[in-house]
Amino acid sequence: MRSASLHTSDLSIGYKLSHGAVNLLHQHINLQLYPGEVICLLGPNGSGKSTLIRTLAGFQKPLAGKVFFGNDDLSMITPAQLARRVSVVLTGQVEIANTNVFSMVAYGRTPFTGFMGRLQPEDRAIVHQALEQTGIKNLTNRKFDELSDGEKQKVMIAKSLAQQTPLIFLDEPTAFLDFPARVEILKLLRQAARSAGKAILLSTHDLTLAIRFADSIWMMGKEKPIATGTPEDMVLNGEFGNYFDNPQVTFDRFSGTFTFEAEKIGKVAVAGSGLHRIWLEKALERKGYHVVQETKSDCHISISENQHFVVDFINKKWIAEDISEVLDILKNLDLSSKTKD
Amino acid sequence: MTHAAAKYQIHPHNAVFKLLLLSLLIVIFFVLNITIGSVMIPPGEIVRILTGHAATHPAWEGIVLSARLPQALTAMFAGAALGVAGLIMQTLFRNPLAGPSVLGISSGASLGVAVMMLFITMPAGKFISISHVTGNFGVVVAAFAGAFGVLLLIMALAARFRSPATILIIGIMIAYAVTAIVGILQFYSLKEDLQAFVIWGLGSFANVSWQQLAFFIPLLIIGIVLALLMIKPLNALLLGENYARNLGVNTRRISLLAIFTSGLLIAVVTAYCGPIAFLGLAVPHFSRALLRSSDHLLVMPGTLLSGMALALFCNLIARLPGFDGALPINAITSLIGAPVVVWIILRRNQISVS
Repeated sequence: MRSASLHTSDLSIGYKLSHGAVNLLHQHINLQLYPGEVICLLGPNGSGKSTLIRTLAGFQKPLAGKVFFGNDDLSMITPAQLARRVSVVLTGQVEIANTNVFSMVAYGRTPFTGFMGRLQPEDRAIVHQALEQTGIKNLTNRKFDELSDGEKQKVMIAKSLAQQTPLIFLDEPTAFLDFPARVEILKLLRQAARSAGKAILLSTHDLTLAIRFADSIWMMGKEKPIATGTPEDMVLNGEFGNYFDNPQVTFDRFSGTFTFEAEKIGKVAVAGSGLHRIWLEKALERKGYHVVQETKSDCHISISENQHFVVDFINKKWIAEDISEVLDILKNLDLSSKTKD
Repeated sequence: MTHAAAKYQIHPHNAVFKLLLLSLLIVIFFVLNITIGSVMIPPGEIVRILTGHAATHPAWEGIVLSARLPQALTAMFAGAALGVAGLIMQTLFRNPLAGPSVLGISSGASLGVAVMMLFITMPAGKFISISHVTGNFGVVVAAFAGAFGVLLLIMALAARFRSPATILIIGIMIAYAVTAIVGILQFYSLKEDLQAFVIWGLGSFANVSWQQLAFFIPLLIIGIVLALLMIKPLNALLLGENYARNLGVNTRRISLLAIFTSGLLIAVVTAYCGPIAFLGLAVPHFSRALLRSSDHLLVMPGTLLSGMALALFCNLIARLPGFDGALPINAITSLIGAPVVVWIILRRNQISVS
């Protein structure tokens, strides 16, 4: 078996409070992170994702147990050595004025530069390479504080790449980003893992993307041990549901997304096929209608050849041009009492 | 990093040119400081005196060598020291309003001097004249003791509480408490002593003799060298404590070193010159705005030089003919420093530590 870039041994994480009290979040953690792997750390707010990352990055001490980088005990590694082992992208924006993108990425070279921090030609080459890899070469001379959130995040990732560490930890790197920007960031990280053999750990709330991109998932819950596995396995064995389910939200194993049950206000049967049917059903579910078989409702909606919606209720018939009209028509029907079971 | 910064950000020649311009300003202000005063001395005579020749008027020698020259040197080093201390504190505490008065260090010096002047002095009114203060090494020792007392307290707290914000707030609270104690001391003190204390509190670059300069300048040079040694970690701290740590900076050690260094600089200046207002706060902002950079490799020398230039300029204004030799330096530094800060805020539409 390959040797892990990082592993924990009976690790306990949490906070020391005043008066010797301890807020223990998780204990007996035994995790491994391998080169070339992207791991998504999932879990609800307050489950200890940031604490785990902070502990693994050496920002806070474990309450018990050990973290190993290769064979080296984290508690024995000096800050200067650690800076060459792991780089981080932290949650929350860095606020810095008067600094351009090149200089920000060049911060990643800090562990390697001399006493005054002067960049050597090879440092500059590495910075340019990181800018290229993250696709922000065009931003090189822009001021950091004038960039969009997504661009800033890419700059911080470029900084991490310039640090040339075998491990990268990212705490919610895709928060505040729109969907295309999230995909871009994750693609970038996956590529860094594949091409450079880096081990990448990122926490996220974006389950859909985690399933798409992660090689492995670490799932944290409150007062539950951390579950690990391949995303698809975790869908199949129901782990996702276990860790996130609450009365309002359920994990739909078919779509790989969360669904939330709206209160059902009536039953509707739908006939037809194609995109129009799919989106009509989505709209009905969103409004709280239960889509049922034809025999179970007095209300039938079919899709005509010219893509109109035909609403059939007992003996009346309406033709709607779009879904919005369908919903308006349904609103005026009393479906709850007239439905047969 | 700075190479990069220089290459991509601020155009190197531009920044170097600005630093050279500052150096030139320092030379000009220094010369003016020596030339201009309540007594008119012809420039030719000043050159003669400085090159070791006898002056036409023996009194002129005294004015130039014992008064104007040490005063200009004092202003220069005090300005540099306060600016550098302010820069370190603003970066460390990530607070654009951090400065010498904030950590309570200059208040500590005031307390030391207050105890010395208002209570320990034996005969009433001993400190009635400012010249007495000049000569009295006790004031310097007292200011030092007070400033370092507060500094040690702050460092002990800094070792216990990690968050710079916490230290900053504690420092401000200490400043309030110490100022209150000084107020109580003033209330119970003799009128004559009080006057001397108030005059010390107005600040002056004029009270440091050559013998005292022999301590003043080396101590400040030690502090400034320590500051120059911190350029790289200070740069990393601009990203925040965690990023700095991840870049290999021993943040705990740097925090302690930074607090010690700024404390030393402030304590020395306050001990010899009294609490000098505003320079420590304003000069780093001036330097950043001038160089359009947040890189300490540029901003630190920039702060050093603009601190020198600004202090010399303030001293010059304070001593312009017609002001009879001595407007309180604090009035001038505030009158010049406050608009500088306002100008920077208006120009950049914000005030920040980078």
